[in-house]
Order: sequence, then C-alpha cells, then structure tokens
Amino acid sequence: MQLVWIIVCLFAGGACAGIAGRISADASRWLSLATLVVAGLLGLSLLQPSLQDPSVLIAGSDAPQGQWLHLVQAIWIPHFGIQFLLAADGISVVLILLTLFLGFIALLSAWKEIQQRVGFFYFNLLWTLAGVVGIFAALDLFLFFVFWEVMLIPMFLIISIWGHEDRHYAAMKFFIYTQASSLLLLAAMLALVFIHWQQTDSLSFSWFDLLGLDLDPGLGMVLMLGFFIAFLVKLPGVPVHNWLPDAHTQAPTPGSVILAGILLKTGAYGLLRFIIPLFPDAAAQFTPVALTLGVISILYAAKLAFAQNDIKRLIAYTSISHMGFVLIGIFSWNAIALQGAIMQMVGHGLSSAGLFALAGALQHRLHTRALDAMGGLWSSLPRLAAVAMFFAIAALGLPGLGNFVGEFLVLLGTFQVHATTAVVSALAMVVAPIYALVLLQKGFFGPPSAALAGKVDTVADFGSRELLMMGAMMLGLVILGLFPRLVTVYLQPALAGLQQLGWGG
Amino acid sequence: MTMTELHALLPIIVIAGISVVLMVMTAFFRHQRLASLITYGGFIAAAVLVAGQTGSGPQQATPLLIMDEYSRFFSLVILVTSLAATMLAYDYLRRSDVFKEEYYILLSLAVLGAVVLVSSNHFAAFFIGIELMSVSLFAMVGYMVQGRTRRAVTLEASVKYMILSGVSSSFLLFGIALVYADFGVLSFSGLHSLLGLHSTSSYSQIGAAMIVVGLAFKLSWVPFHMWTPDVYEGAPVPVTAFLATVSKVSVFAIIVRFFIESGAFRLEALVQALVWIAVLSMLVGNGLALLQQNIKRLLAYSSIAHLGYLMVAFIAIAGSNLANTNLAVEATAFYLVAYIVMSLIAFGIITTLSSPERAEEAETLAHFRGLFWQKPGLATAMGLALLSLAGIPLTIGFVGKFYVFAAGVAGQLWLLVGVLIVGSALGLYYYLRLIMEMCKAPDTEPAISREETPLENRVVLSALGLVLLVIGIFPNGLITTVHAAVAVLR
Repeated sequence: MQLVWIIVCLFAGGACAGIAGRISADASRWLSLATLVVAGLLGLSLLQPSLQDPSVLIAGSDAPQGQWLHLVQAIWIPHFGIQFLLAADGISVVLILLTLFLGFIALLSAWKEIQQRVGFFYFNLLWTLAGVVGIFAALDLFLFFVFWEVMLIPMFLIISIWGHEDRHYAAMKFFIYTQASSLLLLAAMLALVFIHWQQTDSLSFSWFDLLGLDLDPGLGMVLMLGFFIAFLVKLPGVPVHNWLPDAHTQAPTPGSVILAGILLKTGAYGLLRFIIPLFPDAAAQFTPVALTLGVISILYAAKLAFAQNDIKRLIAYTSISHMGFVLIGIFSWNAIALQGAIMQMVGHGLSSAGLFALAGALQHRLHTRALDAMGGLWSSLPRLAAVAMFFAIAALGLPGLGNFVGEFLVLLGTFQVHATTAVVSALAMVVAPIYALVLLQKGFFGPPSAALAGKVDTVADFGSRELLMMGAMMLGLVILGLFPRLVTVYLQPALAGLQQLGWGG
Repeated sequence: MTMTELHALLPIIVIAGISVVLMVMTAFFRHQRLASLITYGGFIAAAVLVAGQTGSGPQQATPLLIMDEYSRFFSLVILVTSLAATMLAYDYLRRSDVFKEEYYILLSLAVLGAVVLVSSNHFAAFFIGIELMSVSLFAMVGYMVQGRTRRAVTLEASVKYMILSGVSSSFLLFGIALVYADFGVLSFSGLHSLLGLHSTSSYSQIGAAMIVVGLAFKLSWVPFHMWTPDVYEGAPVPVTAFLATVSKVSVFAIIVRFFIESGAFRLEALVQALVWIAVLSMLVGNGLALLQQNIKRLLAYSSIAHLGYLMVAFIAIAGSNLANTNLAVEATAFYLVAYIVMSLIAFGIITTLSSPERAEEAETLAHFRGLFWQKPGLATAMGLALLSLAGIPLTIGFVGKFYVFAAGVAGQLWLLVGVLIVGSALGLYYYLRLIMEMCKAPDTEPAISREETPLENRVVLSALGLVLLVIGIFPNGLITTVHAAVAVLR
C-alpha cells in the first residue's frame, strides 16, 4: 500500500501547495517540503518487503515468482480488463528512491530561484514526481501509459512558464517529441492487448498476462518498434535526441534537475521492463541495431558536448552520451550489464542533477550560461568551483564514484556478448575527460573573461542551503562508488527474475 | 395511436410545447428571464421523462419514430447539452442588443428537430428532423446581427450556411428518392434485407452515396467542410456552441443507426470512400487548424478533425467480428459524449469572455494571453478542455480517444490508426499553443473586460469540468451506460 500512499501524497501535496501559493509563497514551499519528507519516509519503508508470498497474489501468471516486494491490485475499468496494478521489485524501489531524493534536490534548488507564481510551480513539480513514481510502479499497461502522460504536462508547464529566453519553443518541442512517440506506444500497446484477446479470449492490460505471448515475428517486430521508439525518445538516443538539448537549456534549474535526473530514466526503465520481457524474440533480433544506436549516442553526443559553449547544453549532451551506456547495457542483457545499466542510471541521475544545479547556480549569479563569459571562478567562488570539479570528474567516470561503477559494469557485461561494441564504447573513456576538463578549464581556471571583470568579486559563493543540497548528492555518489553492493543487493533478485523473460533465460 | 405510443412520444411533445408557449408569450410581452426559465424547465421535464422510460424496452411510436435505449440515450445527451448551452448563453444574450426571446424559440425548435432525428428509423422522420434543426439553426446564426464589423461576417455566415444546408438537404432528399425508387421502402430496417445484397440496380448505390454526401455536409467531413470555419466564426458564440455540439452529435448518432440498421456497411465502395473521407478529415482539419489565429476558426478545424477521429470508430463498425463491431459502436457513442463535454467548455469560455455589448467576441489569442493569472478558474477549465481535446490522460477526451484507438486497432484499420496518430500529434501543437498563451505574463492592458463571471456560467462550467475529470478518471459508469444503449442496434 505504500506505493499508493506515495503517489496520493505527492498528488495531494501538490494540489495543497498550489492552493497555498495563493496565500503565501513560503507556505507553499514548506508544504512541498513536508510532502516530500512524508513521501520520502514512505519511500524508505519500501525497502522492507510487504509481500510474504507473492505467488498467491499473481496466481496463474508465468512470471517468475519471489522477486516482487510490493503489489497493489484493484479493478479499475472492467470493460477493458484494466486494473489499477502497482507492483515494485528491487529495480522499482531503487528508482523510486532516486526520484524522491532528486525531488528534494529540485525543491532546494527552486527555493530561491523560483520567485514567480510559486504555488503553481510546486504543484507542477510534485505532480511530475507523482507521475514518475507511478511509472516506476505501474504494471498495468494502461496505468503505465496514464502516468507516462501525466508527468508530461507539468513538465511542459515548468519549462514554458519558468524557463529561459527560448522557453516556448523548447517546451513545445519537448512535448511534441514525447507525445507523438507515446501515441505510437499506445497503438502498439493496444495491438498487443488485442492479440492477447484473440488468443485467450480475455481482455487484459496486465503485464503479467501479456508476458510470453505467441507473436508472429513480423508483427512482433512492428509492435516492439512502437514501444522502442517511445522509450528511445525519452532516453534519449540518437536519432531522436533532438528535443533534449533545447529542453534542458531552457528549463529552470529544478526543471533540468528533474528532467536529467529522473525523466530520462523512465525511458530506460521502459526498455528494461517492457521491451525485452514482452518481445524477447523481436528484441533479440533487434539487438545489433539497438547496440549501434547506443554506441553512436555515446560517441556522437560526447563529441557534440565538447563543442558547446552553453554550459547547460554541454551537460545535456553528456546526458545523452551517458544514457547510451544504459541502452547498450540493457540490450546486452546479461546480469552484469543489467546491473551496470541501473547503476549508471542512478549514478547519472545524481551527477547530472548536480551539474545542472551547478549550472543553475552559475546562471543565477552571473546571468549567463556561456562558458566564454566565465573563467577564473576558482579564486572568487572556491566552494562552488570545488563542487563543480567533483561533479565534472564524477561525470567523466573517475573510479570510486558512482558513474564509474555503472560504466565499468556495462562495459564488462557487454564485452562478454558483443566485444566490438564494448571496445568502441570504451572510447568514451577518452572523450568524456575531454569535455569534462574543457568545462572546468573554460569555466573555472585561467583569467576571468572580459564580461566578468569587475563583477566577479561581488557574487556570493555557495551558502548553506546549496552546500547541503550539493553535499547530499556528492555523498550519494561516493557511497555508490565505494559500496555499490548497498544498491545491487536489491537489484540482483529482481534482475535475475527479469532475465529469465528475455532471450538468455 | 395508442396510449403507450403517446407516452413514448411525451418528451417530444413537451419540447414542442416549449416553443409554442414561448411563441405565444413573446407575442404579448417580452421577458428574457421568464423565457429562459421556461426553456430550462421544458428541457429538464423532457429529460426526466426520457430518463424515466430508460430500461422499458424499445417502443415503436408510429411507423416513423422508435424509442429504444439508443434514441433515449442520445435524446438525453441532447437535452442536457442544450440545457447547458442555453444557460451559458443567458448572460451573453442579456448584454447584447438584440431581440432575445426568439433565441429560445429557435433553440427549442432545433432541439425538437435533433430529438426527432435521433429517434427516427424511417426516412420521413429522418428528413423532418434534420430540416427542422437546420432551418432553425440558420435563423439562429443570422438573426443576431450586431455591430458594424461583425455584421458582414455574421450575414455571410448565415447565407453560406443556408445555401449549403439547402443544397445538402436536396442531396439527401434525392438520395432517399433513389433508394425508394429501387426498393419501395422508407424504413431503415426495411432496407436491411435489400441494400447491398441486390445490387443489380445502381440506383440504390448512388442513392446511399447521395445520402452520405448530404450528411457529410452537416458533419463537415472533408471535402464537404468549407462552410464550417466561416459559420463558426460568423455565428454568435452561444450559437456556435450549440451548432458544434447538438447538430453534429445528433447527425452522427443517426448516421450510425442508419448504417447499421439498413445494412449500408455492405456497400464496399461507399465504405472505401468513407475511409478516404476520414483520412482527409483528420489531416486537413488538424493541418489547417495549425494556421489559425482566430480561436473560433481554430476550434472549427479542430472539430473537423474530431469528426475524422470519430469516423475511425465508425468505419470499424463495418468489420465482421461481432465483438469488434460492438466495441466500435460504443466508441462512437462514448466519443460523441466526450466531444460534447470538451467543446461546450471551450465555447462556453469564449462566450463568457466575449463582450456582445461591444460586438466583440473573445476569439483572438490576445483575449487569452495571461488568462491563467487573471481568471484562474476560467483558464483552468479552458486548459482542461484543451488537454481533453488533445487527448491527455485523466480527461474524458483521452478515454474517448483510447476507445477510438481500440476500435481501430481491433478492426485492424492500420492506415486510419496511423493517420490518427499523425493527426493527434499535429493537434497537440495548436492546443498547447493556446495553453501557453494563457500561461504567459498578462498584458498590461487586458484585451477583455475582466469582470465577474456570471453565476450561471460558473455553475455550468464547473459542472462540465467536473464531468470531464470524473469520467476521465472513472469512465466505467459511462462505459456501462453506453454499452447498454448501443446494444439495441442490430
């Protein structure tokens, strides 16, 4: 039941914060914080399984038993066989906790930055989080789709109301890309359900029922592509990554934090949870293409990142590059690569959120995102610069920090099945330091730029709120890097169950 | 005529009574509040009567009209819609400088036509219903001429609508005559054993095609849509609201019944033509809506697109699998209800924001700029309606679109489903642009008077907004109702 309460809590808290915003902005801030605290505590309680014997609840399905920690089931629209079916295994729990944690970060980064229409902002923020938590827990395809869309509108509003100069264009681009692709998802989903209906004479949208369907190879491929495109857009991978640099650059800081930290993970989660288990044969056939796209994403985006002058755009391209690892990790489909993919999701969630928070802090202080117009910040903003150094080297994959674990496991796992892919992807280990160091070199070392001269001494360094926020993420990355077992212990049983559904099992 | 038949006809008699009472009243003294109350009362009474008969089985009243679950469902929908549309119009009419009571007379006549239309299963009643509705409508479009700038637009719209309506009626009549010449029957069910089976004569095929063309004008299917944007723009908003909902929905409801009961789905060439009409409607509707700066025209093109979406489900009825056919009929009925709710909200809000005393309709983007920060209630309702039109979950429009998608996929109409996806993606742009406009910082000089929203409008709009959300989240009630209502069509 905690799953339901988390979602209800976020929805209700968002509505209350929205209303409170009409009275006072501070009321709305504190109310959102309280909501997130409650949701966070509920989230932590997810670590304790609530299901003793999952096989009783999901009787009659072919799903491997024993991996589910929580399950909530209720009838919703019986006419279509649609259920309100939430279930969480280790993967979902880890991602839900990441979502709630980054929710805090987003809230803290919004605290000072968002000064206009505060109530409505927190309403959107909390509703986005609710939608994302729903995505990580929904196992009824219809419900999944509903949450998939529910997170879009608030995100769209966050970008288009509180964003920067080109926000309307970016918001529209973001929305049309994701929405159009999700219509493909809807059509493919319905086709799958109707095939199941023809075969068994019962209508059901439940993930458990749709597993192991006997699909015609050609049709299976088409349906798989419907799902794949929707998730690839969200991931995002080349060639449908175009919306992301704009959306990230124009979004306000908390928006970027949520977008990079969590929203991208929904695409990866979809690949993992839906594509390979539901279409094992088609996905196996498709693997070479998916891997190629992953490798292209990694290298091409890394190269583009290097060429950017806008700091947020640079970080956005590194996101695409990092998510490429997730893509190849998932399509390698062995235990190590899958663990690596999820570790990469968590690690990237923290490091990209940190970098975007940093970029936001810089823009707030210097009123520019251009690297040209920075330089020499190390002496004037020592705390900020040190934090930037930390996240930059985290992003380039320094051993001992979270991202390294992810990338390393992905490469290791991939090497066992597709050695060439792993070798080519490993080139990213060369390109990533370049863009990370360029970021540091241009932004923080050297002499201050002309635009900055005279201004640089007047800007404030990180205060305690920002240090707290950054410190939390840094701590997270260090723990993840040094004690990855704390997380993988939850992932292993879930992944083992999931793996049997793919082609390896 | 027996007592049971009379009882079945009672709702229709009550609606006819409204217009008679109003006419007599207006002849002696004019009073808008009284006229509006009589209209509301009449609609409520008729709706209660219809609702009371629900579940009592089909009742053929005279050879012309059938009162079964399907016609009762749509009569109820029409009556409730008309009630809401009339209530939304009250304040607009009060502030405008025209004869107000005639609006209520014409409106109740149009509603009478619509109810007769959805209850007909015979060409005679079918034609009477459609004419009664259209004739009242073109009077409604044209008679409220006000202001120097609006005058030309309104008159143009009225004349255009009158001529095209007349032409389409003559197509319809000629089509009916050809079918009659072939078979000598006028009742839908009488045709069932004839149409499409004895296709030796081309009369009946041409006749059926002409009937479809006649109805296509009323439904503004592409390429018979040319009048729609002009009429939507030229008509006063409350009339547009009524035109966009009641007239479209009643004609669509009857075309579904006609096709199923007469077996017209067996005419393969006709169904093939319908597929292309659907494709064109979705693409042209959405494509041209992208270019519009005027909100009423935008909604006109969007309604063309929505009628196109409806056609996907409509064509899916032609499939051979019984379960799929049922699903498709349900989808049309559900989508029609969804379409009414969201269109009424959108037009209701334009009505509320318009200033008829200055002959100004709230139809430009400027009227909506910053609305969210000045009138959060109205803007939220408008936002919900737009999201619903765009088919975003938790709204009735999403469930409707989901239903249509399901019908299309179950019927394996991949071309239509593909176009539906493309059309919906195009649609997002113009709906979102409007939402974005509402979220922008307001102009310093508001384009419209930001006065208090009248109570009647507030009540109706909140009720509609609530319906939009509640059915969007818990659609099961409406699904069950629709399921029961369409079960009689065989």
